[in-house]
Amino acid sequence: MAEFTLPKNSVLIEGKTFKAPAGATNIRRFEVYRWDPESGENPRIDAFELDMDSCGPMVLDAILKIKNEIDSSLTFRRSCREGVCGSCAMMINGKNSLACTKAIDSYSGTIKIYPLPHLQVVKDLVADLTHFYAQYASIKPWIETQTPAPADSERLQSKEDREKLDGLYDCVLCACCSTSCPSYWWNSERYLGPAILLQAYRWLVDSRDESTGERLDELEDPFKLYRCHTIMNCTDTCPKGLNPAKAIAETKKLLVQRKLG
Amino acid sequence: MAINTNRPTSPHLQVYKLPLTGIISITHRMTGIMLTAGLILFVYVISALAGGADSYTAMQALMSLWLFKLVIWAFIYALFFHLCHGVRHLIWDSGSSFELDTLNRYAMIELAASLALTLMTFAWGYYGL
Repeated sequence: MAEFTLPKNSVLIEGKTFKAPAGATNIRRFEVYRWDPESGENPRIDAFELDMDSCGPMVLDAILKIKNEIDSSLTFRRSCREGVCGSCAMMINGKNSLACTKAIDSYSGTIKIYPLPHLQVVKDLVADLTHFYAQYASIKPWIETQTPAPADSERLQSKEDREKLDGLYDCVLCACCSTSCPSYWWNSERYLGPAILLQAYRWLVDSRDESTGERLDELEDPFKLYRCHTIMNCTDTCPKGLNPAKAIAETKKLLVQRKLG
Repeated sequence: MAINTNRPTSPHLQVYKLPLTGIISITHRMTGIMLTAGLILFVYVISALAGGADSYTAMQALMSLWLFKLVIWAFIYALFFHLCHGVRHLIWDSGSSFELDTLNRYAMIELAASLALTLMTFAWGYYGL
């Protein structure tokens, strides 16, 4: 159900401000969402004033600088620092993105950093994605075949068939799109959300997969698929420039085409 | 120290910046609700017409109040906006025009078209064009 306000334990309280070191001239202010499961307090917003002359260019660099030099308890996920692992997905200035591929200079003024929206917070910028991954597993993200494998070769694919996977296999499952979707905020228990539906479509159009019918059966559900209302936050926010909304529309078309025979 | 397992929900609607398409989407829903509520007024107008001269005069006096004129024009704009975004949905359903730049272009077209249709209705209603 849609709940437009935050529950009592999630309402933000005022946090601390960490001033820039004396003598710094090129200062940028970062406001970061903090929640410590051991404190017993509500989440808060801490402000960090950083000297940009000694900071890397990306938002992730600023977060690392805070952790290394100011507050080592700041908790977040990161790994590849080049947009291929999807770990550092967070909300930056009101839009989900990967902190490692967003330049600090692409924003003006204070930069506000929150965890991905409408998830349970584990600590600071780390949100619980257990349900998201369970939904991913539910669409069987692997090749399903009925025919026996060729005796002396792989299951081959034509160039044209391979091209159908472009813009789909590139998804790194960072969850930026799903957690930007208001429909997913209100119905995530039953609606699969843009990321998982894009992945589902990736297997629907894979020429080697032989379970298209069963996959469509699974998706034909008022909630799993049809809670997409073309709000388009997903396509707007995808840090990889992919188009989950289009994949969902194509899936709906496949269902209609199947019905029409 | 005890670990608090009563995890907070991360902020969502309060801080997320909806893109233009997102704003139009929620407006589509709100205009849908407005149109449904407005139908009550519409039924009142029709039943007043059917009720004879007295009820017609009373209805006309009420509808001449600026507040009700405003409601009528809001209703007409909501109708055209809802129509334009409905057409947009039909185009989407065909699987086309999902690209980022077309999204914003179509959004502007929808807003302009619904406003133009409202103004045309205004001109037609008051000047008989």
